[in-house]
Amino acid sequence: MNKQPTIRLAVPQGVPAGEVIEVKVMIQHPMESGYRRGALGQRIPRDIIKFFRCSQEGETIFAAEFHPGVAANPLMTFHMRAERSGTLDFEWTDQNDLRWRKQAELLVI
Amino acid sequence: MGLLILIGLWLASAAIVAQGNDAPVIPPVEQPVSGYRFLTPETRALQDDAFANPGYLWVAAGAEAYQENLGTGSCKSCHGERGMVGVATRYPRFDEGAQTLLNLEGRINACRSEHQELPALAYESQELLALSSYVAEQSRGMMTQVSVPAEAAPWFRAGESYFFQRRGQLNLACHQCHDQSWGKMLRGDRLSQGQPNAFPAYRMEWQTLGSLHRRLQNCETGVRAEPQALGSRAYLGLELYLVWRSQGLVLESPGVRR
Repeated sequence: MNKQPTIRLAVPQGVPAGEVIEVKVMIQHPMESGYRRGALGQRIPRDIIKFFRCSQEGETIFAAEFHPGVAANPLMTFHMRAERSGTLDFEWTDQNDLRWRKQAELLVI
Repeated sequence: MGLLILIGLWLASAAIVAQGNDAPVIPPVEQPVSGYRFLTPETRALQDDAFANPGYLWVAAGAEAYQENLGTGSCKSCHGERGMVGVATRYPRFDEGAQTLLNLEGRINACRSEHQELPALAYESQELLALSSYVAEQSRGMMTQVSVPAEAAPWFRAGESYFFQRRGQLNLACHQCHDQSWGKMLRGDRLSQGQPNAFPAYRMEWQTLGSLHRRLQNCETGVRAEPQALGSRAYLGLELYLVWRSQGLVLESPGVRR
């Protein structure tokens, strides 16, 4: 996968400082478990995302480890306290250390 | 002589079976029911959630591709922002220029070759799925308006007879499950009417988005028949028949199916 996969982010905007917000992220990825076989009986090699991290100015807000049992196109919903405005970094790392990133601006009022 | 009469009778009865299905005026399902109604509440919720619905990954990719200038202009430079509203309700449609029946995928490819001087995208490629789901999404909630003009009639009749033709080792016609037995259980699943209004749709079984033709291939392997090629004449005719049969239902693409 050379092309950046499609990533969708949902970050609420204009929330009062200190408010707990819900952040939703989704990435297009096959999450091939490595346990399946193709129509001709050949093993389909494992191809999964291993790690996800959401951070703001280097500080980790939420992180998750992925395993072969996770379905394709993983969707994650998590909560964070909106302390200050700034850029949120979302980063997925696959089993071969390939990284995909997307950013979103968080606006706290 | 007796044998000849027997053969004659057999041929005649075969002809009756074939002709009996010739262009009925009313769709065989009086009240079309969307596949949505056969889903679990969880799957319905997934389809209804504009963020969690994984089909929107392809819609988002299609929105980008729509604006991408590939040398001879982008889709957007002719069609404008969100210029595809309602378009998907009119396909498959007989194309005067090409003198053939085109479905949405075919129309997109015709547009690419005629106006963008680009090669056609392969059926079921990620690029084509992105564009077709992006276009179809703009007709979400709108009713299909497909009509069958005289030029499209041969396709329609072929599609209809395909629907009623028993096939495969299990010797089943689409009609037997999706007209006569919908609502009954087929092992763990409830049989739907086989309506096409959610496609391109995200299927749990595929773990990806796919076209109606891919779904038809799955149906055929299910009855152990030889599937037709994606975009083939047989499937185009069947698609026209299915869409005509679904009149009254609104488009749901990107739908989520099991």
